[in-house]
Amino acid sequence: MEKNANAAMLSNYEVFKLLTDLKEQRKDSGKNKHSAGQQNLNTIMYETLKYLSKMPCSRQSPDIVKDFLTTMMPHKLTKAEKLQLLNHRPQTAVEIQLMVEESEERLSEEQIEELIQTVADALPGDPEQENAAPADAEMEEANEQP
Amino acid sequence: MFVLVEMVDTVRIPPWNFQRQLNDAIAEELNKKLANKVVYNVGLCICLYDITKLDDSYIFPGDGASHTKVHFRYVVFHPFLDEILVGKIKYCSQEGVHVTMGFFDDILIPPESLQQPAKFDEAEQVWLWEYETDEGAHDLYMDQGEEIRFRVTDEVFVDTSPTGPAAAATDTPGSGEKKEPPYTLIGTICEPGLGLLSWWNN
Repeated sequence: MEKNANAAMLSNYEVFKLLTDLKEQRKDSGKNKHSAGQQNLNTIMYETLKYLSKMPCSRQSPDIVKDFLTTMMPHKLTKAEKLQLLNHRPQTAVEIQLMVEESEERLSEEQIEELIQTVADALPGDPEQENAAPADAEMEEANEQP
Repeated sequence: MFVLVEMVDTVRIPPWNFQRQLNDAIAEELNKKLANKVVYNVGLCICLYDITKLDDSYIFPGDGASHTKVHFRYVVFHPFLDEILVGKIKYCSQEGVHVTMGFFDDILIPPESLQQPAKFDEAEQVWLWEYETDEGAHDLYMDQGEEIRFRVTDEVFVDTSPTGPAAAATDTPGSGEKKEPPYTLIGTICEPGLGLLSWWNN
């Protein structure tokens, strides 16, 4: 079997979409997915979807990815760095420093803050996490009122 | 995390599947052969992405099935060096912290790549980070099931194809040889931001 081991890199969103569409297709086709041969495919699809559905990619769409890449162009990041930002949606400077090589030399503190803000705006976040924050703010206001 | 691998292979379609659309029959055979399996020096195959080219199908003497050379692309799990990944701690042992991602289990973080100073608690079988602050030392435990962020530092591919009869005869039967996983990832958490997610979330 010949292979070209590195034809292209895929974002988590692309794999998530592919597996979700494949699952829909297999649901319609009915009987044969429980045969012994199909068990491996079922297992890997189930586990991978379970993992990916908890990551930011489950809330992305082709337009979001396209806009994200356009917004990222002026920052001059490598493909691998942009891919990691897309897959992980970092929210702190520490995470950005992990994913962007030599970030202390290439980006100033303000640029890192700007990058965090761009990522937070371009990519949708976890609604549970975001609902927790305003709830805390409301509680603080309630406590402050005499 | 995932890459597209272009592959070429010959797919055998048995006669009882001739009524199916060729593309569907071939897709099913390819997934049956590769899904959830590790290909040496390539990675863990997830599922078929698409078929790029189908050559002519041939039937050979003595076998009623058709053989078709297929050019296709497959989605493969193969993180690149230094990539950041998030997984869950499966268990800890003397060898280090074993991490799982659900669909891929064989990830190891050896003791020297843990946040230093690290200690192994024999009683609870868990690794912990002796974190020093001005107030004194905190012991941060790496418990089972906790989410952990790590960086990939190395990958090990082992060829687990069956060996010939000559080699098998020298192994004592029932020697309980340890089965090596065909694809292992070695990681590190020895950097700020790596380790349990709870350590870095404010």
